[in-house]
Amino acid sequence: MDDWREAQEVLVMDGGIKVPYSWSAGETGTTYLESLRDDKKFLGTRCPECGIVYHIPRRNCPDCFSECAEWVELGSSGELVTYTITRKHHPQLSPLKGVFGYAVIKLDGADTGFVHLISEFDESQLAKGARVEAVFAGEREGSILDVRYFRPVKAVS
Amino acid sequence: MEPVAIVGVGMTKFERDRVRDTFGDLVFEACTRALDDAGMTIDDIDIVLTGSNDFFDGRTISSMAIMDACGSYDKNVSTVEGDGTFGAAHAVMRVLAGWGTCLYCAHHKGSESVMPLITNAMFDPIYERFLGIDSVTSAALQARAYMDRYGVTEEQCAQVSVKNHGNAFKNPYAQLPLQLTIEDVLASPYVADPIKLLDCCPISDGASAVVIAGAQRAKALDAKPAWVKGIGYNCDAYHLGDRDLSKVDALQAASKTAYAQAGISDPAKEVDLAEVHDTFTYLELMAIEGLGLCRMGEAGEFTAFGNTAQDGRLPVNASGGCISSNPVLVAGLNSIIECALQIRGDAGEHQVDGVKTAVAQGVNGPCGQSQCVWVLGGDE
Repeated sequence: MDDWREAQEVLVMDGGIKVPYSWSAGETGTTYLESLRDDKKFLGTRCPECGIVYHIPRRNCPDCFSECAEWVELGSSGELVTYTITRKHHPQLSPLKGVFGYAVIKLDGADTGFVHLISEFDESQLAKGARVEAVFAGEREGSILDVRYFRPVKAVS
Repeated sequence: MEPVAIVGVGMTKFERDRVRDTFGDLVFEACTRALDDAGMTIDDIDIVLTGSNDFFDGRTISSMAIMDACGSYDKNVSTVEGDGTFGAAHAVMRVLAGWGTCLYCAHHKGSESVMPLITNAMFDPIYERFLGIDSVTSAALQARAYMDRYGVTEEQCAQVSVKNHGNAFKNPYAQLPLQLTIEDVLASPYVADPIKLLDCCPISDGASAVVIAGAQRAKALDAKPAWVKGIGYNCDAYHLGDRDLSKVDALQAASKTAYAQAGISDPAKEVDLAEVHDTFTYLELMAIEGLGLCRMGEAGEFTAFGNTAQDGRLPVNASGGCISSNPVLVAGLNSIIECALQIRGDAGEHQVDGVKTAVAQGVNGPCGQSQCVWVLGGDE
């Protein structure tokens, strides 16, 4: 039986699964994304019990399980918590051209970080704690990509 | 914990592009080997548990599609979509619940899909997925956070690749034995810095299976049992920005539970061998620390002194680890199987002398969100 298998070229079926989804951002997510789209402002939610300001905002505090009903306006700059520069990326997954990377960024006024893209940088400008600012898209449609990426804040001369 | 033992283990050879075998063929091969190893037939099995991932398999309810290959007809069947350490923990619970003897198998064919597209889909569809982040880029964020916190160097991470790819030469089931130097790893191209190509695991196809039985059944068999001494698992935040990625809180919590069950108070002295999740080199260093085998931030140095080598004081991934074969989900089951073989003295060429207590670790979710720790021993 093994010999028979060795001699045979195994048939391979190419296929794919293409299923459209429509994911609701929910009330909290819609409020957040509308603010990015209409006002270029980041919003977070504050936990009434432990006081943590969450960005990305959410309805409940994952730490103490209280409901987070209070909105907080955040800065559009913040600091790098960690980052990477992508060197080899699947073309379908690249939202930016050229050299770019990913970072966990803690916005001014937020207690938690969030993941976004970084671009327009010199590698020497990237370090834990480095200041970065949001670059907004000209035409915004209510998506996380209304922020095109973050870039290092230029030093004031 | 009431005494429960692993009484049979089976693995396929792990390879890329295993086109001659379907999912079912792989499962059948692993299950047959596990039953043979236990000295059992499928008629001796009461419970069947399977593990797989629908996205990787490209079919929904993928765990049910291989039921014919694991002899499950008319049996008590359950499925776990998660790493093998979690699946096998579920198997132990079913045995403890009194349902009988359990055959648990997990399968994976990474070659048949597109890894970055699938791992991108584990991220939040509103806030993260559009950014194009995947398993490698997210791991790179964690690697940098961990390395920054403790001053860990790329060279220290590279040691893990050199050691584990070298260990794989002595494991006939391993996919990617490589003779490397630290310079080779450092000279390999960055994929997402600080992670380089030779810091990364390969894409693998294969399946594994274990037979788990209660004490009475285990002792009636000719097979050598590896006793389950403790299991712990704990979860951390899903969103990467919600937790400090440099920390191993969930792993420490899981270890604490597993060690308490096993009666271990000083793991650095009492554990003889560990098989940990090293899909990227930095993860082995984090795992060694999180499992309490050395102090936080010192695993790089601990490794440099040769402690974790196959002939070291506390061998880690003597099998070659996930960096040598990474069938997703099966990987954690492989770690358990390797620990069982070492305790039995059946690990062949990579057998380590005098293994009485071994620890296996597995992860689920982005950047080790959820952690599972097993302690196995030679005595009931």
